[in-house]
Amino acid sequence: MKIAVAIKQVPLRDSLLRVNGAGTWIEEENLSFEINEPDAYALEEALQLREKHGGEVIVISVGPPRVSQTLREALAKGADRGIHVESSNLDTLGVGHLLATALRAESPDLILTGLQSDDLGYGQTGVVLAELLGLPSSTIIMQVQVINDVQPGKVRVKRELEDGWFQHIEMPLPAVLTIQSGLNKLRYATLMGIKKAKTKEIKLVSASEVPQASAVIEKLYAPEKNKQGQIFDGDAKTAAAKLVEKLRFEARVI
Amino acid sequence: MSVLAIVEQRMAGEVLAAAQQFGSPLIAYSIDLPYTADAYTAAVEELIRKVNPTLVVFGHTYQTRDYAPKLAARFGRVLIGDVIAARPPVFVRQMFQGKFNADVRLVGDGPHFVSVQAGAWRAGSAAAETFSPSSTTSRQMAEPPFREAGRAVDLTAADIIVSVGRGIKEKENIPVVQALAQALGGELAASRPICDAGWLPMDRQVGSSGQTVSPKVYVAVGISGAIQHLVGMKGAKTVVAINKDPDAPIFEVAHYGIVGDLFEVVPALVEEIKKAK
Repeated sequence: MKIAVAIKQVPLRDSLLRVNGAGTWIEEENLSFEINEPDAYALEEALQLREKHGGEVIVISVGPPRVSQTLREALAKGADRGIHVESSNLDTLGVGHLLATALRAESPDLILTGLQSDDLGYGQTGVVLAELLGLPSSTIIMQVQVINDVQPGKVRVKRELEDGWFQHIEMPLPAVLTIQSGLNKLRYATLMGIKKAKTKEIKLVSASEVPQASAVIEKLYAPEKNKQGQIFDGDAKTAAAKLVEKLRFEARVI
Repeated sequence: MSVLAIVEQRMAGEVLAAAQQFGSPLIAYSIDLPYTADAYTAAVEELIRKVNPTLVVFGHTYQTRDYAPKLAARFGRVLIGDVIAARPPVFVRQMFQGKFNADVRLVGDGPHFVSVQAGAWRAGSAAAETFSPSSTTSRQMAEPPFREAGRAVDLTAADIIVSVGRGIKEKENIPVVQALAQALGGELAASRPICDAGWLPMDRQVGSSGQTVSPKVYVAVGISGAIQHLVGMKGAKTVVAINKDPDAPIFEVAHYGIVGDLFEVVPALVEEIKKAK
């Protein structure tokens, strides 16, 4: 099976984020970056499917030059090769077109990606990619079972619904699935893996032309503080004592 | 601008209230089909070509997330998802997991596509016409929804819930928060990442994909307050937040808060509770 995983590089969790001078995006200078968390689960799922069904795992990412670091880390975890589409385009549809153009030539049997990104948080890239490639898709996937890995392939997935409900869905391959965090256990890169990754290929692709964005971020800003609540100051003991008083006499649970 | 609202059972009244604010004339439809992504994409595409709206409005449900981006892409558009406020053609949504809001401006001709966040608009009437598409095909074969058998923990019945998030850092630290739950006589719960990591079982998860709770007191420890978590606990009568980041969104919904290191604050709290009892 040929499995492609679309991964995104996002600021390191818990980074102190500031809005840039233009007020339209974050200030990226001095930030560190890592793989978008749900994409890490998508990569892990691809690696486990390869262990079961054979074949290869290709990781692909759209982004500026720094993205190659995240691709290299994915290779160290076990992906076979990488594709880096160099572009700073942030528009979901634009990124979808860039991914679709690069993946069309590969015709993978299965495309996985995380259900959403920690930065934009649109949660659409996988679904848009499926539409542009003319493939069926399913989202928020908790389990992937490849029923038939030879043509005509078929996959059965467990999709998460609201309030603890789930649903099984079957569809023909090739297909695009967006992966929910927590469906598997992430592996670490081994020393051997890191060593091997240095010799694996990352193909650099220049961005093809994409349609104009249908929506633009006009302004990015910290949400207006609307705190109604009471914050207790002082050291831990003082603050704890004040809180306990409230829980005792206002909320009446102690 | 003319607005088409697509309603499903979930959020129907909210979607209509939002759509009404976005523009007129407004026409609302529910889709008379068992759901699959392919079937709904084709059905709503047919409806859009018939009605020719400038704006199509959805609720930001799991179902919308599954097919509306595909539908929008078919029209060369991006779905502006999870909108919390609007001054059309500018729509406000959260980014960076609630750390920032973004004003997103629609560019070019319609149809444009917007989905609204649960709880962002007060529900109004939910009256909608029914649309039956002329034909339906789907590559996805969907089986009936199900719940995992034997949910061991029913958090919905708990009066007091102490919930733990990423701030706990390691599985070995969970007992720190467990001690607080015990001192208060409450249930221990968690945000999604804690259950994803296997530090607590999935049936202790509060949030959009876990349980929705409304206890007398909800203590959020080391939980930043992503919207997926907030929708699961906003109904609590009293919300207490303990977090080292004063800008964490959890403080927006907290009645009482302590900004500080949970590894200092929580043990101090346990001690004070024991003293008070």
